[in-house]
This record gives sequence, structure tokens and C-alpha cells, in this order.
Amino acid sequence: MLIKRAPMFKASEITDPKLYFNRREFIAGAAALALLPRGAAAAAAPAGQLLKATRNQSFSISDPATKFESATTYNNFYEFGPDKDDPARLAHTLKPRPWTVQVDGHVAKPKTYDIDELLKLFPLEERVYALRCVEGWSMVIPWIGFPLASLLKRVEPTGQAKLVEFTTLQDPEQFPAQKPSLLGLSGIEWPYIEGLRLDEAMHPLTLLSVGMYGQVLPNQNGAPIRLVVPWKYGFKSAKSIVRIRLVSQQPKTTWEKAQSQEYGFYSNVNPEVDHPRWSQASERRIGEFMRRKTLMFNGYADQVAWLYAGMDLRKYY
Amino acid sequence: MSYQRRLTQVTRTFRIQLKTAVWALCLTPLAVLACRAVTGDLTANPISFVTNWLGRWTFRLLLACLALAPLRVLFGISWQISLRRLLGLFAFFYACLHFGVWILVDHFFNWDQMIVDIVKRRYVTVGMLALALLVPLAVTSTSRMVKWLGGTNWRRLHRLAYVIGVLAALHFLWLAKKGRTDQYAYAAILALLLGVRVWDAIRRALRKRRQARATRAAALARGSG
Repeated sequence: MLIKRAPMFKASEITDPKLYFNRREFIAGAAALALLPRGAAAAAAPAGQLLKATRNQSFSISDPATKFESATTYNNFYEFGPDKDDPARLAHTLKPRPWTVQVDGHVAKPKTYDIDELLKLFPLEERVYALRCVEGWSMVIPWIGFPLASLLKRVEPTGQAKLVEFTTLQDPEQFPAQKPSLLGLSGIEWPYIEGLRLDEAMHPLTLLSVGMYGQVLPNQNGAPIRLVVPWKYGFKSAKSIVRIRLVSQQPKTTWEKAQSQEYGFYSNVNPEVDHPRWSQASERRIGEFMRRKTLMFNGYADQVAWLYAGMDLRKYY
Repeated sequence: MSYQRRLTQVTRTFRIQLKTAVWALCLTPLAVLACRAVTGDLTANPISFVTNWLGRWTFRLLLACLALAPLRVLFGISWQISLRRLLGLFAFFYACLHFGVWILVDHFFNWDQMIVDIVKRRYVTVGMLALALLVPLAVTSTSRMVKWLGGTNWRRLHRLAYVIGVLAALHFLWLAKKGRTDQYAYAAILALLLGVRVWDAIRRALRKRRQARATRAAALARGSG
């Protein structure tokens, strides 16, 4: 697999000031953490806890990161409610510990991992990715995590594995909006299911994230572990994952079930294929005043376009 | 002072106080928005937040305006009817602000994109239509206009308010993402308000028919008797 370096993404020393100051803290915090016995570091559960990671510059864009406050108060996480401020407001209902991730399906070595086990299994990288929501806004987030490919290789997918299915937690006690609603009007079936083709899942860009902005993932951003697929619309990046299953049939994702004419399996960012009800040609980068043009594959065309060579992206939206 | 004159004065004072209170209430959402702007509490996406805020209040004012006559039908009270013009004009005002933010700030005078949106995105089409229909209603809202048009014609023209309500409901229903539910609540309330009117119209038509029949029967009785 040839990974081309996208010419538009310059390795750059320009860092958002907030991130820069966070770095100072987490280097100090990381040093402190290093002095603690292993167990204490592993029990690093609550958000706000610093998380040590190495910046992977070749997977990072040079755009300035969105303000931490914006990234943690403007979220689509319908398990908490339909409004953008619901996740931050109700974040306390989610308990990221204890947490396990079941990895199974067509794999030679299925395993249920404890989240703290996963945190130590692979070296953590920091990657600055663009995230584009299907609604027409976007952010730049410095995620911390490891490639999904690392985990999948460990469990050894068999020849029957063609796709990967992700399942988010279903627990009405922790996710208030999962309680049965009046007349079932919301139209969203729980648990939240997402999926990727195996080659998309194995792509180096596909990240399993456990932190952001130098700290553990806040609850409203999908604690304790979530997916980040930067070249697809944000809803593909499933949050608060409890199960990763290798399957041979394409799973019906939650948004496909909710509104199939509008949300497809692939959902690649594509300014040429409009949402049936609004245009996808432009987006509002949170923090900016003027709208900007949306880029094909959210600017990751050089790295991912080959995955879809010869595919009609209007048909496979 | 005669009893009649005193009553008129009390009624007038009440009207003025009522309208002042409602004016203040109608301006409150803008005041809250201004406060939030000053304290930087407009969320991470202020343009979207302000557009939605103004849109919601437009719809609420429209519903409030459409609720006044049903109150008379259901409860027999009529002091609130004098608020129709006030609420209707405020709904128009908020609609203009809502549209203004959308074209000026969201699209920054990108007229081409605006025309494309109006034609291609059906939620924008009905929204623009609703706004366009509000204009003749706003223009003919004065007493002079009522006289100029004549009561019957004026009433007929202002029935467009029902159409505007339906267009607003469609606008909201067609732009809301699945997973949201408040667009249904607004549509349900509108349906209820229009339903009361339909029920009242049927009731009146039936009563008229009954009365006409009774009058004819009486005339026949007199003729033969």
C-alpha cells in the first residue's frame, strides 16, 4: 500500500497557542505520571486527565486547531439529546470506567479488551485531523490514538472478513436519549452502528482515538474510545465504542436506517454530491466567519481516492 | 363623566398597557440574543445559532398571532384580538432578521448561491415564499389600508396567514435533521390552531343552514296558515 504524502499538508511547527500551552502542562504531567506506579497511570479515567502522545507530523494538517471549548461544547451525540449543547450538559451521565471493547467476528483471535489494556497496548500518537460534519460545519482536532489497523492485525481477520462493524454503547442510564421517547419520534434506532470496508478500516489514516488536545477524551467527544475517519462525514466516526466486529455482509448503519436516501454507507466527503436537502459544496470552519470550499475527501484525496477508483460516488454516497 | 365614556377610557388604558407589555415581550428574545452576543454565549457556531434563534421566534410569534382567534372561538374572550396586528408585524420583523442573517452573514451577499438555494433546496423555497407572502400582509396592516381594501377583501387577503403558517411548518420540517423532534411539535400546534378554525367554520355553516331552514319553514307556515 503506497501512502503518498499529500503536498498540501506541510509539516509545520505552527501550533495553536492553546495546544502549545497544553503541551507544557502535559509534559510536566507526563513526567509526574511516569513517576507514579503503572497501575495509577492505567486507572487514568476522568476527562481532563493528561495523556502523553507523540505528534505524528506526517498525518497532521497545518491548519490551526479549533478551540478546545468549541470542540467540547458543540457536538452531535444524539444519545445525549438532539441539541448541540446536550452532550456537554449531560456528559456526566456517561461512565467511561469500567469499559470493555469486544473485538470479534471473522477473526482468528477474538478478544474482549479492557480499555486500560488498550491504552497501553500501542504507542499513542497525536494527529491533527480535519473533521467535517454532514450538516456543513467542520473542525480541526488534535486527536490522540493509534491506527485501527494495529488492533485489527492483532486479532487476525480471516478470509471471510470483508467489512468492519462498530457498535456504540447502549445504556439508557448513561445515555438519557436512549430511553423510549414519546411516540418514538426521533427515528434513531439504538445502539448506534457504523461500518467500514476492510480496506478503509486498515487504512493508516483510520484512527482509534482515546484522547484529544493532550488529554483523555471528554465524555461528550465519545469517551473512552472512538473512531476517527477524517475523509468521511463525521457521523461515520462512531463514538464510545463497545464492539468491533469483522463481518462479511455490509452492516446497515444507524443513519442508513434512519434516512437511507440521505445517508449512505460510504458517506465520503464530496462537494460534488449534495445532500438531498442542502449543498455540500461549502462548509463553515468553526471559529471562522466566511464559509470555505469543501474539499474532495475532506482534503485527504491523495491518501484515499485510490480506494474508490472506478466507483460512482454519486451512486455510492 | 358618563358610564359609557368611563368604560371607553378604562378599555383604552387597558389596551395601551396590554400592547406595551406585549411589545416588551416581543422584544425580549432580541434582548436576550444581544446579551448573549456581548457575553460571547452564542455557541461555537454563532451564525447558525442566531439564524435558528430568529427562525424559531418567527414561528412562535406567528403561532401566537394565529392563536388569538381560536381563543375567542374556544373561550369567548376577545380582548386579545387587538394584539393580532402587533404580533403579526413582529413575526414579519423577526422573519426579515432571520432571512437577513441567512443572506448577509451566512452567505455574505453571495446572491448566486442564494438563488441556487432558493430554487434547488425546497426548504429554502417555501421559506422565501412564506417571507414574500408576509409582505403584502405587513403593508396592509394599517387601519387606513383596512378602509381602502374594505373589510371583506382585507379579511380574505389576511387569510394568507394560514398559508404562511403551513409554509413555515414545511420549512422547518424539511430542514430539520432526523433525530430532532421539535419541528413536529410546531407543526402539531399549527394543525391544532387551524383545526379549531375549521371546526368553527363548519359549526357556523351548519348553524346558518339550520337557521335558513327554520326561517323558510316559518315563512311557509305563515304563508299557508
